[in-house]
Amino acid sequence: MSDTHLDTSAAKKAFRSGTDGYSVAVGTRTFRIAMVVFALLIIGLIAAPAFVGRSQIRDMMQIMLLIGLAQCWNLLAGYGGLISVGQQAFVGLGAYFMFYCIIYVGMDPLVAVLAATVGGAIISVPIGLLTFRMQGAYFAVMTWVVAEVFRILASIYPGLGGGTGTGLPRSATSEMFGIEATATLFDMRSSTSREVVIYWAMLLAMLVVVIGAYYMLRSSRGLALMAIKDDEVAAESVGVDITRSKFIVYVFAGAGAALFGALYHLQKGTIDPNSAFSVIDWTAYVIFIVVIGGLGTIMGPIVGAIVFVLLETFLADFGPWYLMFLGALAIVMMLFAPQGLWGIFTERTGIELFPTRRRLLRDGKERP
Amino acid sequence: MALLETHEIEVFYGDFQAVFGIDVSVEEGETVAIIGANGAGKSSFLNALAGITPSKPDAITLDGKPVGGTPAYEMVKKGIALVPEGRKLYPSLTVEENLLIGADGKTVDRGWNLDEIYRLFPILKERAKQMSTTLSGGQQQQVSIGRALMANPKVLLCDEISLGLAPTIVKDVYAAVKEIQARGTTVLLVEQDLSAALGAADRVYCFMEGRVTLTGRPDELTKDQIQHAYFGMSDA
Amino acid sequence: MSYVNTIIQGLLLGGLYALYAAGLSLIFGVMRLVNLAHGDFIVLAAYVILALSSFTFLPPVVAFMIAAPFLFALGWALQKYILNRTVQSNLLVPLLVTFGLQIIVQNGLLEAFSADSVRIQLGPIETASITIAGISMGVMPLLTFLAALVVIGGLNALFYRTKLGRRLRATSDSPVFAQIVGINPRNIFAIAMGISFVVIAVAGFFMGARANFDPSVGPARLLFAFEAVVIGGLGSLWGTLGGGIILGVAQELGATISPQYQVLAGHLVFLLIILVRPNGLFSKQ
Repeated sequence: MSDTHLDTSAAKKAFRSGTDGYSVAVGTRTFRIAMVVFALLIIGLIAAPAFVGRSQIRDMMQIMLLIGLAQCWNLLAGYGGLISVGQQAFVGLGAYFMFYCIIYVGMDPLVAVLAATVGGAIISVPIGLLTFRMQGAYFAVMTWVVAEVFRILASIYPGLGGGTGTGLPRSATSEMFGIEATATLFDMRSSTSREVVIYWAMLLAMLVVVIGAYYMLRSSRGLALMAIKDDEVAAESVGVDITRSKFIVYVFAGAGAALFGALYHLQKGTIDPNSAFSVIDWTAYVIFIVVIGGLGTIMGPIVGAIVFVLLETFLADFGPWYLMFLGALAIVMMLFAPQGLWGIFTERTGIELFPTRRRLLRDGKERP
Repeated sequence: MALLETHEIEVFYGDFQAVFGIDVSVEEGETVAIIGANGAGKSSFLNALAGITPSKPDAITLDGKPVGGTPAYEMVKKGIALVPEGRKLYPSLTVEENLLIGADGKTVDRGWNLDEIYRLFPILKERAKQMSTTLSGGQQQQVSIGRALMANPKVLLCDEISLGLAPTIVKDVYAAVKEIQARGTTVLLVEQDLSAALGAADRVYCFMEGRVTLTGRPDELTKDQIQHAYFGMSDA
Repeated sequence: MSYVNTIIQGLLLGGLYALYAAGLSLIFGVMRLVNLAHGDFIVLAAYVILALSSFTFLPPVVAFMIAAPFLFALGWALQKYILNRTVQSNLLVPLLVTFGLQIIVQNGLLEAFSADSVRIQLGPIETASITIAGISMGVMPLLTFLAALVVIGGLNALFYRTKLGRRLRATSDSPVFAQIVGINPRNIFAIAMGISFVVIAVAGFFMGARANFDPSVGPARLLFAFEAVVIGGLGSLWGTLGGGIILGVAQELGATISPQYQVLAGHLVFLLIILVRPNGLFSKQ
């Protein structure tokens, strides 16, 4: 597939051959430096279980979970213009798929997580076909209705505990792939090593989603999405298939939410319909994270998730007051700083990690 | 002092500048036409006068008072009413409701009321209870003009009132403009239909690329002058 | 006979859903806004009425009449000072702002009234019923249905018979070009939200008098309201009543299978209708 879908072919040739000294660039020098830093950071995160405690591992898992979910929602809303308030459908479905695969199919939990991800992608197709019949705000509420349907179905289905939910059998998780090896490697108890394995899976999942989102946006598909964001009619007039591009994003986000839903519930070990399909936990918080961090950037959700977990750590004792503060903060950000914390940072410093815009260079330099 | 004046008015849409420092003046009771090709900045200019697009306070004066940048819903109360391009009737209102709502912007009675509008456009009385969308283009244009007149404006702004109408209907519409004029209402027209504009106006301004290229009385201007001002060339 | 009974009960339940939906339908019609906090404001209104009547020992109906103008003012101010800031932006901003409001209202109610479920007490009328042609109908459900008729009839009269209604329709047609006749769309939006909040007060009163409620039940009311509006066809008030009735009947029929199926049946009928007629059953298009 062509990399510069939106350019005219003549312009494309000119860019490719560097005629008149012009060329197109996406990356920035900051980006390349950042990549080195990120690589080091990832190595550090992989090695983390060797030198940090169990509670820090749990905190990091929560951050990674929220980054992953926020990145999916960011892709939906920030690039696809699809405002879903029903992503809890996929979180819950992923979790229920996984439980089913472990308990009734006897899959290894990690395989069941993969199966749940694929299941999330598959079921997002008919759900999308239904919800895409409505647009804008109506699409948003539709996604919520669909999530409610699945929540009720889960509470009716007796096989996984109905309304009260169920837990994973101890045998299933204690024999999980990699637990023994990890326990030996770090010389720890198997209950701890179980968490470490899930931690690594979560880290991998987060990286896949963040990097996947980044490459989707840099691809021609991503350009199409940005064209949608700028002007839907104009995008259509240059031949961008909007619905198809949006649908791909929707499926990606659905699969991502199912993946994280499965991983979270694997760590938790229990499941029930109200928390697995919670609009507050899996959509409201996620939206606030994206809004606070900055919609439409790769870094925004990452910053937002870290800020969110920090706020939660210090303020969660205030209960409803904390949640009211969070709601008010999201409103204030949306009204007065819709670009979010990362957007403000980028404006002030000009630093843009994970750049997705293409810049026209002359003789390999930025144009004045 | 002219009734309506612009002073070096500039109009922007975001970063795009549509009008570059234009001076226009309209005397009380006068009919002035602005002509020019598509994209000359005519409609942008008129929308700024109506308050739909922003401008600087001093850029527009009405009776010598600065009114630039006044929002459209205040501008009509100050006495500038707009017949917008494309008519812009309210589709969920009947013909009569479209006219009556025009009086929401009325602050001074200058003699225009529902009866007077029906006298000017008798067909509208027959169609009073119909939805405005069921009318023909010419009738819809009458409603749009009537709605603006219901505000009893000092100046009536007409944006491309001939657009999309058959030549005979254009004649009718301009006959009504003559009558409105005869009743003392000041009219500022934007018009692409040259003969309609030249026939109705006391004075003409020609715009090109957001600037005034020619001004004068219709009978003083030669075809060559207009062509030059209109298209930016002396001989086509 | 039992099915006739079920359908009658569903029809009456539909009146309650039409009350939930009328305010949502109204503001969607005027300003294309979907207020995600709509259900939570219904719950808020119920709490306001309840608190007012228990502090002043006034009957709940009087408390409602005192609360209604304050709720109008709340809706008006909400639109004027918060939501009007969102009208010119893309879809995301109004949706997220109302989503944030939802969290604020829910948790504010939780803090003020705790999570215990409560009810607006009306005395013996709550359980009173009349029997017509062998079918027993609760007086409260009948009154709710009547209220829905009055509210929707009243809103229609307001829209089609008053000067304000003319302005509301013109603004709905084009907020930009409503200005050329002297209408400030922001004021119209604020008034529309105020009216929507009066309808919310009526809905809150009947919701609170007919069943127990607690701070968490708002979102479900929003979904019922939304479904009634969409089934009925966007922007059509009588259609909204029809949508509410279809939803109510579907739920009552579902409930005959098992109580768990009540809400599910409503959602499924809604989704089915979307598949067949995405513009709703009663829309003009």
